[in-house]
Amino acid sequence: MTELTPRPDDLGLTAAAKANVPIENQNAKSFFAQLQGFWVTFTTMFKKVTTVEYPEVKEPMAEGFHGRHQLNRYDDGLEKCIGCELCAWACPADAILVEGESNTEDARYSPGERYGKVYQINYLRCIFCGLCVEACPTRALTMTNEYELADDSRSKLIFEKEDLLAPLRSGALKPPHPMAEGKTHIDYYRGDITDIKND
Amino acid sequence: MTPEQALLETEVAIEMITVVIDGFEVTVPKGTLVIRAAEKLGIQIPRFCDHPLLKPAGACRQCLVDIEINGRAFPKPQASCTIPVENNMIVKTQLTSTVAEKAQEGIMEFLLINHPLDCAVCDKGGECPLQNQAMSTGRPESRFEGVKRTFEKPISISSQVLLDRERCVLCARCTRFSEEIAGDPFITLNERGALQQVGIYEKDPFESYYSGNTVQICPVGALTGTSYRFRARPFDLVSIDSACEHCASGCAMRTDIRRGKTLRRLAGDDPSVNEEWNCDKGRWAFKYLTNRERVTTPMIRGADGELHETSWPEAIAFAAAGLKDKRAGVLVGGRTTVEDAYGYSKFARVALGTNDIDFRARPHSDEETSFLSRVALNLKTTYKDIDVADQVVLLGFEPEEESPIVFLRIYKQVSKRALPVLSDAPFASRGSEKLGAVLISDLSKIANLTTKSVVIVGERLAETRGAFSSVYELINKSGAKLAWIPRRSGEPGALAAGAIPTLLPGGRPVTDPAARVDVAAAWSVESLPTSQGRSTSEILLALNVKNLDAVVIGGVDPLDISSTALTQLLNSFVVSLEISHSAITAVADVVLPVAAVIEKSGSYLDWQGSPRVFEKAIADSLSRSDVRILSMLADEMGSPINLPTVSATAREIASLGKWDGTPVAFEKSVSEKITELGEKLNLKSWRLLLDLGTLQGGEANLAGTARKASAHISKARAEKIGVKSGELISISSELGSLELPVEICEMADDLIWVPRNSIGSQVIANLGFVNGQVKVIKA
Ligand code: SF4
Ligand code: SF4
Ligand code: SF4
Ligand code: SF4
Ligand code: FES
Repeated sequence: MTELTPRPDDLGLTAAAKANVPIENQNAKSFFAQLQGFWVTFTTMFKKVTTVEYPEVKEPMAEGFHGRHQLNRYDDGLEKCIGCELCAWACPADAILVEGESNTEDARYSPGERYGKVYQINYLRCIFCGLCVEACPTRALTMTNEYELADDSRSKLIFEKEDLLAPLRSGALKPPHPMAEGKTHIDYYRGDITDIKND
Repeated sequence: MTPEQALLETEVAIEMITVVIDGFEVTVPKGTLVIRAAEKLGIQIPRFCDHPLLKPAGACRQCLVDIEINGRAFPKPQASCTIPVENNMIVKTQLTSTVAEKAQEGIMEFLLINHPLDCAVCDKGGECPLQNQAMSTGRPESRFEGVKRTFEKPISISSQVLLDRERCVLCARCTRFSEEIAGDPFITLNERGALQQVGIYEKDPFESYYSGNTVQICPVGALTGTSYRFRARPFDLVSIDSACEHCASGCAMRTDIRRGKTLRRLAGDDPSVNEEWNCDKGRWAFKYLTNRERVTTPMIRGADGELHETSWPEAIAFAAAGLKDKRAGVLVGGRTTVEDAYGYSKFARVALGTNDIDFRARPHSDEETSFLSRVALNLKTTYKDIDVADQVVLLGFEPEEESPIVFLRIYKQVSKRALPVLSDAPFASRGSEKLGAVLISDLSKIANLTTKSVVIVGERLAETRGAFSSVYELINKSGAKLAWIPRRSGEPGALAAGAIPTLLPGGRPVTDPAARVDVAAAWSVESLPTSQGRSTSEILLALNVKNLDAVVIGGVDPLDISSTALTQLLNSFVVSLEISHSAITAVADVVLPVAAVIEKSGSYLDWQGSPRVFEKAIADSLSRSDVRILSMLADEMGSPINLPTVSATAREIASLGKWDGTPVAFEKSVSEKITELGEKLNLKSWRLLLDLGTLQGGEANLAGTARKASAHISKARAEKIGVKSGELISISSELGSLELPVEICEMADDLIWVPRNSIGSQVIANLGFVNGQVKVIKA
């Protein structure tokens, strides 16, 4: 067996540079051939542009785009999230942190017994795979079209529950508040809670 | 007890039986259940009701397998958790028999029909045998389209246990546990068919000290703990094996931490100690850390009389200046780890040059000191001795209240083989009733003690003069086994570490020159103090009359010692090592924050003397163990004790080892003459398991299940005072009084019993003593 020789420090680059290797294929093309190239450039000037003047102009995203998450509400404003942590469990990037808590008579945030007290998504970790949305049993978590997720510090990119909650529609009331008169969490879950008018 | 354990315990040859399971042969002792035999082969048969420590019930039918004996097959699949192995038995589980597989699928389908599948809001989600086995054994698709059974949810079984009835799979684990293990048959299966449900007896609330175990063994999320409800998912938690800090039973525990906070504690599995159980105090009393305000930075008392936060070097320097070359004592408290107690012990001897050190923060006596240092330290009784005892005698010891796992162990034998139990309690508490204990008024009533009998003495025996001496004689005469079971977890360890005026570490008598030389050499010091030191009460007295100038105090509540303990400290320099602000820190000159149990590693000794080692649960905690701080203090004082870490301390303890010289003889005391009572009654008391103890603070759900305080008197006495059961009486001494409702029971007419530290009945604070004569009148 031959002795192994150590690899040179410079990975042999110096030697390669020193070697006098001729550069081939240097013959100039004919003028006509060059013009052909410019022609492509020229015609492009008359094509419809697909880029826009971002950020002044913003294009709508394609359907099903995976953007920033949103925590949805029922029509009367109660939160859909039940703090079950299934989204956190499903997340391959460990980007979600949830802590559940009990609803009480005086402080009800969601129908049923349980709500999400702490809800954070760390957008430094999220890979926008959408597995969390698939895991959510209440359709509380969906993704929006918002993609402008850049900031100048790490902590600003950890979104809290307030940052993620859907805005209140008109007529909806900010929780905590009781469930609609005579309705149970089952009615909410079935979606039988549309004509609520809170004022 | 499984047959394997029986084999070990009795050492009688047990017939072995060979069966074939899924084509593999396995040989097990006769009586082994098929499901266990399969486990031995690594074959897992799905199950819900089966639990190795409970009697077979065959309630859930999930464990169906095909069985054939002598070539004849059972016509239908059989529940493998109820059928013991037999010769020539051939078992086919779901792995090899489609019949078994189909049967199990069918059962699972039935269970799921009535199950709400609300895993998303269920605390068991993620660690649920039903979820797991529905995946492994259930049908992939549901065929059920009807309406599911629903119940109002949840209902409180007690303030700390909630029941979601529709999740229940009717396995009867909870009811069997309560009946067989705890002896509290307060929950039961009611109704029949689809409406069958777990319920409580209307009149008696489920007031068991062991209710948390039902939450732990429920195979679904039907029983949940109020305090943990909706708090976390298993994947949030970091689980650490730990030891319980609440009593000397010594339970193995599991502590579940999420980001620096304990979220729950579960019973660990140690067959030689707590089996798989623990008590509710150990399980739920951990909020004491977040309840009171933690001491986070060192503090010193300024010229203005207020405590001011300061830096470590400054606080240590201040404390060292106040202690150096002063006459100082050390009060350790009963809750330290062995390593910390050793730190205090060495600190007292080396840095303070004194034997004035005592771990007993409770009523104690010289007789007890002698008993502890001469007798208790060398006892070798264990849980195993209880298992095979021919009789158990309880003296100054109420097992259900003061060491719950010892109670479970005794109860196990009582229910299995009617083990006779004697108790010197003044009346039959609920624990005594469950044990069928025969009450004895004095030790002369104890008969038939043999070498297999176990006599258990508690710390309260110190309150009766001469009691330890009589027990000692009794043991010497009969050769019975003796056990000393104090209430607090740190006491056995502190005794072994020499945190007592008569002993150096390892049981070396301070008065024995050879022992002193031994320890002085190991510690590299010239000499050690030679005379026996002061006990807790003597230290306090000496501080009060200025015979001592300073004192170092660990985790001590002055009201556990006496009503005057706190005022006795006022004239001296007090260095307090505490986790939270307390009565002591309020008068201390220096307060040094120390680590709580979850923030440090260490070990306790349980009452058997075996170490219960635990690791640091919160890895990044900055708090330091007592021993580390004492070591810094000793360095500053110029007489180092060289115990920079807990592990270094543990190594030093191990290398020092136990004393092998001749022990000093026990000094007997004569019993007190009973003084004339006149119209007064003799007060008796003990602490209930759940009471106003410092370590139970902040957990209202647990406090909700504490037994209500009431004063117990005899019928004749009640008539004499003119009160009926439930009416208020006033109990008074020269120092104060308290009012409690009366409970009439069978007891001596000249006695009255009240709980020692419960709501409305804090005996030391209210009456000034634990044992004495009180005036009792109708309130
Ligand atoms: S989109 Fe994917 S990576 Fe982002 S939070 Fe959801 S599961 Fe996690
Ligand atoms: S967002 Fe959905 S999955 Fe996540 S905790 Fe809330 S309810 Fe559960
Ligand atoms: S409550 Fe739990 S342990 Fe009790 S019978 Fe139901 S499923 Fe079994
Ligand atoms: S029995 Fe004692 S050691 Fe065990 S959990 Fe209860 S308090 Fe802790
Ligand atoms: S485990 Fe066998 S019947 Fe329940």
